[in-house]
Amino acid sequence: MSIVKSKRFLHGAKVSHFKNTHEAPTVDLPLPEKLVVPMIQHMGAPCEPIVKVGDKVYLGQKIGESPAAFSAPIHSGASGIVAEISDFHTSFGASCKKVVIQTDGAQTLDPSIRKPEIKNREEFIHAVQESGVVGLGGAGFPTHVKLNYKDIDRVHTLVVNVAECEPYITSDYRACMEDTSEIANGVRAVKKYLGIEKVFIGVESNKPNAIKALDQAFEPTENVTVVELKSLYPQGAEKSIIYATTGIVVGKGMLPADCGVIVMNVTTIGFIGKFMMDGVPLVSRRITVDGDIVEHPKNLRVPIGTPIQALLDFCGVDAEKAGKILMGGPMMGTPVFDTSAPIIKNNNAIVLLSQAASVIPPTTACIRCGKCIAVCPMRLMPAKLEKAYDKRNVENLKALSVDLCINCGCCTYICPAKRHLAQKNQLGKLLLKAQAKEANAK
Amino acid sequence: MSKLIVSPSPHMLSRNSTANIMYDVVIALIPALFVSVVFFGFRTLLVTAVSVVSCVVFEYLIRKLMKRPNTIGDFSAVVTGVLLAFNLPPAIPIWIVILGDFFAIVIVKQLFGGIGQNFANPAIAARIMLFMSFGTYMTTWTSPFAYKGGVDAVASATPLMEINSANTLDLFLGNVPGCIGEVSALALLVGGIYLVIRKVINPVVPVVFIGTVFIITWIAGDNPVNQILAGGLMLGAIFMATDYATTPASFWGKVIFAVGCGIITAVIRLFGSYPEGVSFSILLMNLLTPLIDRITFVKPFGVGGAKQNV
Repeated sequence: MSIVKSKRFLHGAKVSHFKNTHEAPTVDLPLPEKLVVPMIQHMGAPCEPIVKVGDKVYLGQKIGESPAAFSAPIHSGASGIVAEISDFHTSFGASCKKVVIQTDGAQTLDPSIRKPEIKNREEFIHAVQESGVVGLGGAGFPTHVKLNYKDIDRVHTLVVNVAECEPYITSDYRACMEDTSEIANGVRAVKKYLGIEKVFIGVESNKPNAIKALDQAFEPTENVTVVELKSLYPQGAEKSIIYATTGIVVGKGMLPADCGVIVMNVTTIGFIGKFMMDGVPLVSRRITVDGDIVEHPKNLRVPIGTPIQALLDFCGVDAEKAGKILMGGPMMGTPVFDTSAPIIKNNNAIVLLSQAASVIPPTTACIRCGKCIAVCPMRLMPAKLEKAYDKRNVENLKALSVDLCINCGCCTYICPAKRHLAQKNQLGKLLLKAQAKEANAK
Repeated sequence: MSKLIVSPSPHMLSRNSTANIMYDVVIALIPALFVSVVFFGFRTLLVTAVSVVSCVVFEYLIRKLMKRPNTIGDFSAVVTGVLLAFNLPPAIPIWIVILGDFFAIVIVKQLFGGIGQNFANPAIAARIMLFMSFGTYMTTWTSPFAYKGGVDAVASATPLMEINSANTLDLFLGNVPGCIGEVSALALLVGGIYLVIRKVINPVVPVVFIGTVFIITWIAGDNPVNQILAGGLMLGAIFMATDYATTPASFWGKVIFAVGCGIITAVIRLFGSYPEGVSFSILLMNLLTPLIDRITFVKPFGVGGAKQNV
């Protein structure tokens, strides 16, 4: 029951917030006729479909899984019939299968679903795995893998990420206001089964109602502190939020768990809290629909696999006006090539940018102003990294720690010369990886 | 369906642009230009205009000759034109102005790679070249209000010659002989504050540079307030020691740079045979900037291992 203002923070860029949907209560999207469920909706190995064309499926029935540990099973978001299993290209460029379900509108729940009975950590992690949950803040990291880290006993602190630092997106905020008890439940479950002593909930200062609601959801004895973060993008980056809430500096090449901390997005934790009560796997989620061409932005509860066009139709958005349609926010979101792309587990927003806002301006010469250096949360020097990449100088890229780049985009955002700094950093990382592979192969 | 654009993130860019930064610098120099007309008459406008036009024309021509893209749109040539004019006495012959512009734009800037690649501030380097080559013209001063007629037009000395007896208020307002843009500390400070508010310059270099000169001249027994208001210190510290390409990137790098500039300026003013040291100090520290950058390398977050601060 304590709220603390964070005194420390890593750098970032002051981007406009555009939180137009803060007070928009979540509305259920009507069930679409078809759900398109890709077999990759997470980091790790793609799933294989375990149903056949013509099979009848229930809401919440498992339809895809992988034997690999670093993966997460996928469940159907509707009851109906499997209409098609075919190839699919994700917006990231990966190839996998997709399962298309013809919905019957009944939403009959899988009869085998029941409230999980957990006696210990192993059963907890197994239940989390079976629920199909992955990092719902956008990363899509399979949650059961994060909780099953080899040195999990060293983890003493849980940081709940409610920064939601991207412009436009308010789905985590609405979760705080609408699913507060589920979040509290989830925090308690993770705390109990992982033996965690301290919990910090990091919330950016532009969400005062969420700060209050979360603070009131816990008793003083639970050792949960709500930390008000500076509203500076990207306070929600993992290392930034750990530093701002706990002061811990995660070393280069280390994981937060190596430093005794794990970070979980608030929607992920809220889902775990709900799953502990009803056993229903991850089949739907909250999506913010907003952007400069959206006249009536909304927060929607959407079955996973719903084509984006259904959301646009419901919000009355004319997709013809859009220059870019993003899964995610404007700083790190992924553009889709067309609106038949489905909503997947780790989406939290659809942002539509007008054609004017999507124009990529011409690049001019670097004037060495140093703004990119001042703004980088990881204290890198993007101007120097760009030069190193342009010359394919792998030694320099390594010396300048390009592998620490979190691709937040602050450098590209702030650059007066409109240089593609963050993008070149990603290419630099790929170059390092390719070189390392070559060196290993020798 | 209209084609959607697919490109890597980020998809939102700030409104910063090189041109906007240059516009802000020109705006910040307008008070000093206005004051120069008040004290020295419309000739200052002529010199400034010729300087700006020459810089832009030279940049356009040399870029065309080198078969590089045209960059006059980024307005940096205009800024160099104004700054070089501000470093010249009001009575300077026009052909010398044009020569200085050629040296600044073609030689110091474009032959080394253009904006961002210059090894020294072009205006400062050109001023030094002109000073070395045309000493008499570069030290022929005009008394304030001489254009009103009847007053002896040619002043024989700037306040730097008799620094301790100069009138502090005159120095602050600019009612003294000197170069076009350097006389009025007030006008330059107004411009400097504007640039800090607009986040174009980091105040650390001007403050530390001027502060160092203040401290050293004070210890040496001079009137430190007069010292910092006189000569080209305000103009140099605010507008030329803050040039992005030729000064260190990190905070401590900037501090070292500014202290170095301050020491060299003070030493030349106190012990050198030139009354003015600002331009030499900036040029010398520009040359040291790559080395300063190397020793003030900022460590990325997490390099050096984990830390547990509670």
